[in-house]
Amino acid sequence: MPKGLLARKLGMTQVFNADGTVSAVTVLEVGPCRVLGLRTVEKDGYAAVRLAFAPVAERKVSKPLLGEFKKAGADPHRHVAEVRGYDGLEVGQELKCDVFAEGELVDVTSTSKGKGFQGLVKRHRFSRGPESHGSMNVRQPGSIGATDAARVFKGVRMAGQMGNRRTTVQGLRVVRVDGKRNLLLLRGGVPGGDGGVVLVKESVKQLRKAR
Amino acid sequence: MNVIDQLEKEQAKKKVPQLRSGDTVRVHAKVVEGTRERIQVFEGTVIRVTGAGLRRNFTVRRVTHGVGVERTFLIHSPRIDKIDVVRHGDVRQARLYYLRSKVGKEGRIRERRAKVGVAAVAEAEEVEEVEEEDEAGAEEPEVAAEAGAEADVEEEAESEAEPEQQQEQEPAAKKK
Repeated sequence: MPKGLLARKLGMTQVFNADGTVSAVTVLEVGPCRVLGLRTVEKDGYAAVRLAFAPVAERKVSKPLLGEFKKAGADPHRHVAEVRGYDGLEVGQELKCDVFAEGELVDVTSTSKGKGFQGLVKRHRFSRGPESHGSMNVRQPGSIGATDAARVFKGVRMAGQMGNRRTTVQGLRVVRVDGKRNLLLLRGGVPGGDGGVVLVKESVKQLRKAR
Repeated sequence: MNVIDQLEKEQAKKKVPQLRSGDTVRVHAKVVEGTRERIQVFEGTVIRVTGAGLRRNFTVRRVTHGVGVERTFLIHSPRIDKIDVVRHGDVRQARLYYLRSKVGKEGRIRERRAKVGVAAVAEAEEVEEVEEEDEAGAEEPEVAAEAGAEADVEEEAESEAEPEQQQEQEPAAKKK
């Protein structure tokens, strides 16, 4: 039963642990999330929960989505996401940060910061060539294949768009759950900028271990 | 106030000393020995102060048995019980790394004298207290002025007198 919630990244700071050590943490404002609907194996072919996050004016939401909100008896929300395999919930239910407990491991999915079109040195951590003695290949790619292949293989690392991509960071430890302000403090960084929307799920590695 | 500022404020200590490089401090740090916790005092010279707010930290250097020891503390750490500023040093650099290559007398730091300004006055009294340890009740303004006059004489003898401070102390003595 992988738990999941939508959250907003507020930024990073540090906290002192009980033993006096310091943890660098990302602060997430978690929910409140509304359960919009359930997907069932019988009806939809898979089991999932549809979650809504961040209330918004009615005119901002498309009509098909508005119908779904009305059906669930919820106000319109800006973000909707599905969490596969999350069960034991009812439509219209409100979820808060207490879904997660301190010490748990979570995975966080969101869109990373866009870096634009980047070369190989930045994008794929290639090393650069010599800068002096007449060198002309300072940030060049080098060889991209052999002559007898007569083509470039798929997946060869080249320059291109970097960032602005959906990524997941696995295994972040929940350092603190603040029920009053509805915050989740996770040890380590989370993709995307401050104010971005992220999907927090129970860590797949933790689930695998529990099984 | 945003949430991150709030979180940082909650963890910050209400009052922390204003440390500067060159200050001599006594840091009362909590040390865990097995199951017991006790307080260990680390006295030395502040050679660096970095960071701001909750992340402010400082490095203290001391030489024991001919071996230099440096420890870095987070000023807001719950592991620090108390920080006493023993004296203020007069230094020109913000980072006193040059002390690492100095041995014995070379590594001394002159004591900081008060400069003109409201904030500095309180410090000046503190400095005098350290100087005149045998002077009882040096905190009281009248006696402090007296002590200040004495300090003038001492300074002249040392030929280290700063004209600024003399000007500040003379009117105080006249009032009395």
